[in-house]
Amino acid sequence: MSRFDLTRIPFVKALLRNRLPQFLFTSLALGGLIFIIASGLLGTPVGSHNFAIVFTWILWWAVLMLVAVPFVGRGWCSICPVPSLGEWLQHGAVLGRRAVENSSGFKHIFNPNKRWPVKLRNIWLQNGLFILVALFSAIVLTIPLVTAVVLIAMFLVAIIISLVYERRVFCRYICPVGGFIGLYSRLAPLELRVKDTALCSSHQQKTCYTGNQAGYGCPWLVYPGSLAVNTNCGLCLECLRTCPYDNIAINLRSFGSDLNLAGKARLDDTYKAFIMLGSAIAYAAIFLGPWGTLKLAAYQIGTLPWFIYALTFMFFMLVGLPGLFVLSVKVGQLFSGVTIPIQRGFTTFAQSLIPLGLTAWIAFSLSFIFTNFSYIWITFSDPLGWGWDLFGTAQTTWQPYLVNVLPFLEASILLLGLFWSVRTLWKLAEKHISSEKVVRFLIPLAVFCLGTSFSLLWLLVA
Amino acid sequence: MTKTSEILARVWVGLLILAPILVLLIPALQRANRPDERVIEIHGKIPEEGGFIPSDLTIPAGERVTFRLISDDVMHGFAIGQGDIPATDMEPGKFSQVSVTFDRPGKYTYYCTRWCGPNHWRMRGTIEVTSSSPSVTQEQTPLYISLGLNIDTPHPSLVIPEQMPSAFQASQLGLIPDSSYLLRDYYRQHSPAQTWQSLRNEPAFVDLSDAQVWDLVALVWYSNTTPESLQEGKRLYSENCAACHGETGAGDGVMAYAEPEQLAGASATQLTKPVDFTDASQMLGASPALLQGKILRGGMGTGMPYWGPIFTEKQIWDIVAFLWTFQFQP
Repeated sequence: MSRFDLTRIPFVKALLRNRLPQFLFTSLALGGLIFIIASGLLGTPVGSHNFAIVFTWILWWAVLMLVAVPFVGRGWCSICPVPSLGEWLQHGAVLGRRAVENSSGFKHIFNPNKRWPVKLRNIWLQNGLFILVALFSAIVLTIPLVTAVVLIAMFLVAIIISLVYERRVFCRYICPVGGFIGLYSRLAPLELRVKDTALCSSHQQKTCYTGNQAGYGCPWLVYPGSLAVNTNCGLCLECLRTCPYDNIAINLRSFGSDLNLAGKARLDDTYKAFIMLGSAIAYAAIFLGPWGTLKLAAYQIGTLPWFIYALTFMFFMLVGLPGLFVLSVKVGQLFSGVTIPIQRGFTTFAQSLIPLGLTAWIAFSLSFIFTNFSYIWITFSDPLGWGWDLFGTAQTTWQPYLVNVLPFLEASILLLGLFWSVRTLWKLAEKHISSEKVVRFLIPLAVFCLGTSFSLLWLLVA
Repeated sequence: MTKTSEILARVWVGLLILAPILVLLIPALQRANRPDERVIEIHGKIPEEGGFIPSDLTIPAGERVTFRLISDDVMHGFAIGQGDIPATDMEPGKFSQVSVTFDRPGKYTYYCTRWCGPNHWRMRGTIEVTSSSPSVTQEQTPLYISLGLNIDTPHPSLVIPEQMPSAFQASQLGLIPDSSYLLRDYYRQHSPAQTWQSLRNEPAFVDLSDAQVWDLVALVWYSNTTPESLQEGKRLYSENCAACHGETGAGDGVMAYAEPEQLAGASATQLTKPVDFTDASQMLGASPALLQGKILRGGMGTGMPYWGPIFTEKQIWDIVAFLWTFQFQP
C-alpha cells in the first residue's frame, strides 16, 4: 500500500521537529481548559448557556470526533492540555529538553519515575473509567459544574500520576478518552512509523526510547522500531527529534491500514470496540430516542431506576453485545465447519467492529452537534450566561443546522461503516481462515454488523 | 534550547493559566459586590422537584433588581403578587428577564403563572424587601374577620330559584329595591338568599312572584359591579382558578381529576373536590365577604391555595363579582 512520508517535505519536517508549534497549541489548549473549568465553576448552571458545556461537549467533541480522530488519529493527544502541566513538572522544563544529567533537583524530589504496575499495563482501567463517566454522562454532559469537576479530576490525576510514575502513564493507561482515540486512530490515514526497521535493530542506544539531548524517550512507552499499529503512538513527535538517523516517517496512508493485520488482537482492545459500539447505541437510545422513562432513569442518579439503567447499560456493553458476537462466531463455525479457537475468533473478528463503532459515533455526534451548534455563538459572547454580549452574538436564537441533510448524512456514514466493517471481516478471514467455506463462516458475523448498523440507523434517522 | 526561551515559555504558560481565571474571576467578584445593579437568577422546576430556586430572597427597598428567569423542565411563569408587572414566561433552556424596583418594604410573593403540574399552585417564593426605616404600612383587616364570619362552616341556601335570575328582567319590572339594598356594604355582607328573604318580606314586592324577587336580587348584585370589573375577574379566574374549578365554574377543571398521590403533601381524605360555582344551593348561601375570605385565606387543607399574597384587594373583589355570573345573568 502506498504511503507518502510528510517529513520528506523539509518545511513540514522542520515544523514537526521544532517544539515551538506543538508547545503553542498545547499551551493555548491549556488556557482553554482552564477557561472551561472556570466557566463551569462560576457560570450559570444552565448547560446550553455555559461555555464549559457548549465548548467541551459540542465544539471540542465535534472537532475530535468529526475531524481529529477520523483524519489524524491521536492528533488531539499530541496537543492535549490535560497531561501538559504534569509532564512539564515531570520534565522540569516547559519548552525545552532538560538534559538528564542537568536535571533540576525538583525532578528528583518530586518525580520518583516509578514504573506502572505490570498488571495494569492494558486498557482495562481506561475501559472501566470510560464506562464510569458514561454512566454519569446524563449529568456530565449537561451540568456545567459536573463537567468542571470531571475535568479538574482528570487534570489533577494527570499531574499526580506524572509526578509519581514515569512518562505519560496517565495517557497510555488511565485517560478514558485516550482509550477510544487509540482504538479509532487505527483507521486514520496518518501514521508514525520507522522507515527502516533494520537500522533500528542495529542502533545500540535506542535513543527513541531512552531519549537524548534533542528530546525525551518515548513518553508513551512505545519502542518506535516495532510500532505496527497506531493505537499506542501519541504522535508526540519526540522520536522524530531523538532519532539520530532521521529514520522516523510521518506517513499519509489509506484509511484503516492497521485493520487487516495478521497479528493477535488483545482482549482489552477488543472489549474497547464493544464498549464504544454499545455506548453509541445506548446514547442514541437515551439522548435521541423517544423513551422518557429511559431518559429520566439516566438522570436520576442514585435512585433505583438509575441503578437498573446502569446495570442494563453495563450488561449490554460487557455481556450482551460481546455475547451476541461470540454467538455469531459459534454459528459461523457450525455453518462452515471452520475451526478457530473461540477467543481468537472473538478477538480477531471483533476488529471489524472498529469502523462500525467510529461511524456510529460520528453519526451520533453529527445529530447533536448540528442540532446544538447555534449555542456556540451564544456562549461565545456570553460564556458564563450572565447576560454579556462580548461579540454581539449573544442574542442569536437557537436553531438546528442542516436539518434536511442530516438524516441522509447520518445514514450514509452508517452504511459506509457497515460496508467497511464487512470488508474488514472479509480481509480478516483471508488472513486467518484457510477454509473454502469462509463465506458461510462470515455470514452470521455480517448479520451482527447489519443488525447493529440498522438499530443505529433506526435510532438516529427514523 | 536557550535559557531565555524556556523562561519566556514559562511566563507564557503562567499567563495562559492565570488569564482565564482573572478574566472570569474579576467580573464574578464585581457581580457579587454590585448592590446597585443586582441580578438574581431564578430557576423554575415543577414543585415536586423544588419549584423556584431560590425561593427565599431578601432585597433592600429602592434597589433595582433584574430577575433572570429560566426553566429547568417545563414552561413556568413568573409574577410577583399584588404588583402590576406583567407575568414573564420561564421557558426551558432560554433566559428571560424582568427588572423590578421594590419601593415599599414588606413581604412579597412570587408565583408560577403557567399550569406546570398538579402542584402548580405550590410553586411560590417570597421576597423580603427590607428597609432601614421601619415599615409604616398597616395591614388592613379582611372583611370576613371584622364581620366575624366563620368561612369554614357550610352555608347552604334554603331557597333556590327555578331558573337563573336575570338583572335585565328585574329592570323591566318598573320596581327598584330600596337604596339601602344597593349599597356596597349591604351587597358584600349579605348572601343572595338573605337578600331574597328580605326582599320577599318587603310589602312593596308582595305582588311579585318568587322568580321576580330573584331577578331583583340579580339586579342588586349587578348594580354592585362594572363590566370592566367582570372582565378583569374573568381573566383572573381563567388564569388562576379555572384549572380546578373549571372554565364553566362547575368544579370540573383539569386539575380536579389529578390523582391524590400526585398532589404533594396531600392525602385523599384531605382533598375535597373543588367547589361547583354553578350549584345554587351552595352559592346563594354565601356572601361576597365569605367568598373574598375563602380566596384570601385559602381552603385550609382542601387543596385550595391561599391567594392573599398574590391578588390585590380589588382583584379579589373582581373575581368575586365574576363568580356570581355563574348564578345570575345580567
